[in-house]
Amino acid sequence: MLEIKDLHAEVGGKEILKGLNLTINAGEIHAIMGPNGAGKSTLSYVLAGRDGYEVTKGSVLYKGQDLLDFSPDERANMGIFLAFQYPVEIPGVASATFFKTAYNAQRKYRGEQEVDAMEFLKLIREKTNELGIKDDMLKRPVNVGFSGGEKKRNEVLQMALLEPDLMLLDETDSGLDIDALKIAADGVNRLRSPERAGLVITHYQRLLDYIVPDFVHVLADGRIVKSGDKSLALELEEKGYTEMSAA
Amino acid sequence: MAISQETVEQVASVSEKYKYGFVSDIEADTAPIGLNEDIVRFISAKKEEPEWLLEWRLKAYRHWLTMEEPEWAKVEFPKIDFQDIYYYSAPVQKEKPKSLDEVDPELLEVYKKLGIPLKEQEVLAGVEGAHNVAVDAVFDSVSVATTFRERLEKEGVIFCPISEAVQNHPELVQKYIGSVVPHTDNYYAALNSAVFTDGSFCYIPKGVRCPMELSTYFRINAAQTGQFERTLIIADDESYVSYLEGCTAPMRDENQLHAAVVELVIHKDAEIKYSTVQNWYPGDENGVGGIYNFVTKRAACRGENSKVSWTQVETGSAITWKYPSCILQGDNSVGEFYSIAITNNLQQADTGTKMIHLGKNTSSTIISKGISAGRAQNTYRGLVRMGRKADNARNHTVCDSLLIGDKCGAHTVPYIENQSRTAKIEHEATTSKVSEEQLFYCQQRGLSEEESMALIVNGFCKEVLQKLPMEFAVEAQKLVGISLEGSVG
Repeated sequence: MLEIKDLHAEVGGKEILKGLNLTINAGEIHAIMGPNGAGKSTLSYVLAGRDGYEVTKGSVLYKGQDLLDFSPDERANMGIFLAFQYPVEIPGVASATFFKTAYNAQRKYRGEQEVDAMEFLKLIREKTNELGIKDDMLKRPVNVGFSGGEKKRNEVLQMALLEPDLMLLDETDSGLDIDALKIAADGVNRLRSPERAGLVITHYQRLLDYIVPDFVHVLADGRIVKSGDKSLALELEEKGYTEMSAA
Repeated sequence: MAISQETVEQVASVSEKYKYGFVSDIEADTAPIGLNEDIVRFISAKKEEPEWLLEWRLKAYRHWLTMEEPEWAKVEFPKIDFQDIYYYSAPVQKEKPKSLDEVDPELLEVYKKLGIPLKEQEVLAGVEGAHNVAVDAVFDSVSVATTFRERLEKEGVIFCPISEAVQNHPELVQKYIGSVVPHTDNYYAALNSAVFTDGSFCYIPKGVRCPMELSTYFRINAAQTGQFERTLIIADDESYVSYLEGCTAPMRDENQLHAAVVELVIHKDAEIKYSTVQNWYPGDENGVGGIYNFVTKRAACRGENSKVSWTQVETGSAITWKYPSCILQGDNSVGEFYSIAITNNLQQADTGTKMIHLGKNTSSTIISKGISAGRAQNTYRGLVRMGRKADNARNHTVCDSLLIGDKCGAHTVPYIENQSRTAKIEHEATTSKVSEEQLFYCQQRGLSEEESMALIVNGFCKEVLQKLPMEFAVEAQKLVGISLEGSVG
């Protein structure tokens, strides 16, 4: 599904990714762990196509297409979803309105009929019920005045709604208490299927107790320095990044 | 919430930039170019006006000659040559139409293109929830059709072109015209008083709640023509009316002048809700062409417990100079001003309000949302004055500015004058930018850059959009999106 080869990327003229290689097949969940400043968030922004994250070398193939040719909204419509580490506030726009607008934009892109307000409300209520999220969040402006946990839950809810093919989770666990963490993990696990894939970026192994990855990679200084299975995450927790990256 | 939900589909559904920019080939009856007393007499004669009105016009004209153009607004434009404008242009009609069937079909076609529901039948036959709006349509200098008149007459509501009101209800017109905005008021109001050609007149009798929204659509069509309409609305004791006004003009390279006057009179326990969606041609991205929109709007809350609310969405015009104001004379009277002003490319807007508190316990609310993009300049200018007798008067003002890009400007110029010991005045102002983060967040969910911008800006304007009647809210949201096209990327 995703094939990253020798990826180099700069932010503000500073090289952050320095030859990253990673292949994710459909049905797989990969976790990327690494110390602060290793380039974890940069990787997620490069994949989502954020302005200012410039690829200087290498290639990214997504479903056989050159991903770097597409704009951020096209990438979203092609099934890439990024759960933000710091979700953004949009004052005056009710969450339900935002969700419906996004949902219909993606349907339109796929050539499907857009849904009306009634139909949408039914759909989103199903999702909130499934995930145990309170409906009153739908009326509040997007992320405005949300607690850290609410913001992350909001991201997971959007992901559940949009049902992406490739889920990118950028430190979704940071700032979450254990209950919120379970909701987030539950959201991802519900979407796990042989057709979908996921990339979970995290600092701590805790999240991986709930989202069990097929592969774990250690990212350090813009490169993947070690790959393994779930046990690598436990090893990391024990020994710390410094020792692992040096290895 | 219902209002903004549809936003983005609507924005997406409108692909043209300025879809009202077409010119219609309609034969026009036009006065000679330029302005002098003869032109004033010509207009008055065309309208078969009584002597008192001609005299009033001439008085205004002579006063105008002694005045200078105001220069205090933060707008820049070359001096207007008032002798290079046609002051009267009317579509030629064989005889005055008695009903819609007799109106020139080409004219009706124009309004159809503009999406105005002139045909009563369509409205009546329409599905449930279809527009129930009485429309007066003003084309260049004259009013061409007013709908739903019979139904309104049954309630005693008078809604007709002002030129007709002069003929049929001269006592009302004479009593109220110039009583809120005198002919000496300001440069453009004096000019308007001298040469106004048409506009709407509306009278709601005592105790009547107007059964439908009243609406006027203004359209400038002929080249080099100024549009000088005059609107007069009187709400008698305990009455209520909601009035909507919409404006469009063709795309032309020259600048065209629009100098209107709107007067509202609100008696005891009465209320007027006045909404405007102004979408005159704004000029192209290099600032060529566009309408100069120099408008005087004022409401007099004469009676106790009277209320007026101005809601405006100003997206068009090369230059907007406009301060819908409230004179809160009656005790406990209420004035509200809700405004969205969007400027893109080289547009300039200097707009705001004046709240003049004279009576006891009067209160006013001002919510202004200014959005600037491109190289545009957007100024909020507002006066809050508490008179000596305005015991316990209150004002609350919120001015929010939103900047898109780094070449535009937003300015807030509040004036506060207080002579009352017990008055309370609050003023809040904020300036913010649409962030790259917000745009990226929306795009990551599948919205295009322009859809994202429209969504964010509509969110910023929400408080004001909610004040519009449903019929206009939808159009206004679309406009917000369209008028910002090209502001991103």
